[in-house]
Amino acid sequence: MVTTVFGFVLLTLLVVTAVAIVVTPNLFVAVMLISIFSLLMAATFFLLDAADVALTEAAIGAGMSTILFLGALALIGEHEARRRRKPWLPLAVIGLTAFTLIYATFEKPRLGDPSAPVHQHVAPWYLEQTPELMGMSNVVTAVLAGFRAYDTLGEVLVILTAGLGVLLLFAQRPARQAGRVPAFIGLRHHLIPRVVGQLLIPFIVLFGLYLQFHGEYSPGGGFQAGAIIAVGIVLHALLEGEPAGRAILPTRVLVGLMAGGALLFCGVGIAGMLLGGSFLDYAPLAADPVGAQQLGIHLVEVGVGITVTGTLVAAFHAFADRERLR
Amino acid sequence: MTFAEQLPALAVAVPLGAAPVAALLGRGSLPWALAAVASVASFAVALLLAVAAAGVDAISYDVGGWAAPYGIELRITSFSALLLLIITGASSAVLLGTKASLDAEVARGRRPYFYAAWLLAVGGLSGIVASGDAFNIFVFMEVSSLATYILIAGGSDSRALPAVFKYLVMGTIGATFYLIGVGLIYMMTGTLNLADMEARIGGVADLKPILAAVGFVTLGLALKAGVFPLHVWLPNAYAWSPHAVTAFIAACSTKVSLYVLLRFDFMVFQGSLAEHGVHFSGFLLPLAVLAVLVASATAMSEGHLKRLLAWSSIAQVGYIVLGASLLTEAGLTAGIVHMFNHALAKGALFLAVACLATRFASLALADLAGAARRMPWTMAAFAVGALSLIGIPGTAGFVSKWYLVLAALKTGAAGAALVAVIVISSLMAVWYVWRVVETAWFRVPAAGAGRDEAPLPMLAMLWLAALANVWFGLQPGLPLALSESAATALMRYVQ
Repeated sequence: MVTTVFGFVLLTLLVVTAVAIVVTPNLFVAVMLISIFSLLMAATFFLLDAADVALTEAAIGAGMSTILFLGALALIGEHEARRRRKPWLPLAVIGLTAFTLIYATFEKPRLGDPSAPVHQHVAPWYLEQTPELMGMSNVVTAVLAGFRAYDTLGEVLVILTAGLGVLLLFAQRPARQAGRVPAFIGLRHHLIPRVVGQLLIPFIVLFGLYLQFHGEYSPGGGFQAGAIIAVGIVLHALLEGEPAGRAILPTRVLVGLMAGGALLFCGVGIAGMLLGGSFLDYAPLAADPVGAQQLGIHLVEVGVGITVTGTLVAAFHAFADRERLR
Repeated sequence: MTFAEQLPALAVAVPLGAAPVAALLGRGSLPWALAAVASVASFAVALLLAVAAAGVDAISYDVGGWAAPYGIELRITSFSALLLLIITGASSAVLLGTKASLDAEVARGRRPYFYAAWLLAVGGLSGIVASGDAFNIFVFMEVSSLATYILIAGGSDSRALPAVFKYLVMGTIGATFYLIGVGLIYMMTGTLNLADMEARIGGVADLKPILAAVGFVTLGLALKAGVFPLHVWLPNAYAWSPHAVTAFIAACSTKVSLYVLLRFDFMVFQGSLAEHGVHFSGFLLPLAVLAVLVASATAMSEGHLKRLLAWSSIAQVGYIVLGASLLTEAGLTAGIVHMFNHALAKGALFLAVACLATRFASLALADLAGAARRMPWTMAAFAVGALSLIGIPGTAGFVSKWYLVLAALKTGAAGAALVAVIVISSLMAVWYVWRVVETAWFRVPAAGAGRDEAPLPMLAMLWLAALANVWFGLQPGLPLALSESAATALMRYVQ
């Protein structure tokens, strides 16, 4: 009952926020609303018992991507260009898509129905086998980094690709550098945010590390950990200024982290092949079958965390650096 | 496991494993060298897989040692082996042949990222065709799409940026539609493995979500494949990207989306949904005919060489869809073999464009007057590729057009109309190719007409590609055998 009421409120707010994002002509407002949208989404996921997804959405959707959006806004200004004509075609496409989606839900199994196909086929096997084969309680981690680790490798490469794209686009210096403005010095003149922020950073990073290494037992894992550690590092750069942030982690190092994490993941996969198993087979990594799975999962999760941290920090610096050159 | 058993994983792991390394190799020629070596190695793997897949139904590989549907299965069929050959072959040829062009277009500071993205595109596309899992296909679709956007934006032409943004928005919509479709099927079947889906859809009582899923999957993939009228992203994305990138993506990227489209619609939906075939044909056949006619007509009046060839690509996608929507073994064979033959023809043509671009600042037809006097070898190879594109006997393009005409004739009265469409569009191709030939050979060049050819490695690779068109026109054995066995496998699912 309480869940239903909460769900109803959250979904209503989601719709309201989504409409507001589309309608507002001010991009700064839109970015703030997108952040709220992600937070509401995270709450919805949590309500649906998807704690891992909720954590990711909160860390990346509401946290890190908002910072990146603001970095982009600093470059392009906050006012949306006026549309010349009414967007009838997009509206029609959206209407048709929505209609089809609603049509598809008419025969959708009821939410939480234990006899729904998703609870009958593969899922029970995962629930049953995970403690036995992997020796861990968080089935999400077991599926993500174990049974379907190949998908997760793909996702890490998606993140690496996105980071490479940002670096490639910003590698080209603007032709005109005459209007060079002084480097962003952060909030050094604002004592209270600076002191409080600096106090928070160790706890943010520690929480990230906890998520990284406790992912087998409770919600968390490399994605969430990487995002949260990145937020801590970015917070430092925001407080102390972009050059200070870059001094501790230059682009060279960040690219090394981005590529290194992905390489670690691939390397574990190839090690499985060299040791006589298939690609991403953890079984040959150690003599004890459960221990081998845990070792493999630990290693690839570290790879995920490193790549995510490197990519997010590199993307932040790319935007912040560009602003300085504008 | 033996080396031979590891081949399906190697097809994906070699380019993807090399990609992060390429990003670390600095601004010199090392990232290019690694990309070229990894591409050639993947091509060798693809060749071995093609040989291995020819004799068997499918080669199945359990990633991580977890059997499907619990783990992810790689499934190499003759169809996927053919696509792997196209992807890795195009990548190897372009990387080895066009270093001079890439050096001129990709700034030094961008090179490590650019070549890493190149390898990610190759690995992502290979991952899609090697996979037997619907969600895994989506993941690698993301990898390859993002990497392709980077490649298109990687050159020095700023017109590529709005073009790639449009491609990014449209491509994301396509991928999202695909994902929605897969999600709906997962909701009703509880599985992500394609073969398992096929088996379980038959047992689903409430079909509304599945029917919506068919629409979302087909439409999303059609958007990514550039099926008319969802092609609007394609001309500018091809036209303003670095010339070497155009040659690579024109040869393989739309074909990979078509591969997934055919695989999904035939292997998953065709056998388990009543009248799916009728809907599939009824939806795609008219679009294919329109694509062939409208895109060819647009190419006839296009004034920029790369956009002209891009419009021709949209028409060629139409031929492939046309063959498939006949729902016969002959039609599918024609469509699938055309994927290979069109990759050869368009690859050669865009390599010729890359050669031209080393000497001509603008590729507008008006600026290419007398190009054949300045670059006779380049334009001669262009002519060979163009003949193959039209479908002149003795070239690869003829083989697929011939099979397409035979397949259309077998369908009865409507077939005659389709043959008319194919003949008319081939005449249109003659027209738009002739405009290039006429400009290059018979117009008087603006400035001095001294002989000034493209660098030798580029010319050599261009001629290799052009001669491949002739070779596979006279000896179409390998692609035809793979296409026929792919078509037979797909037709097994048609009720």
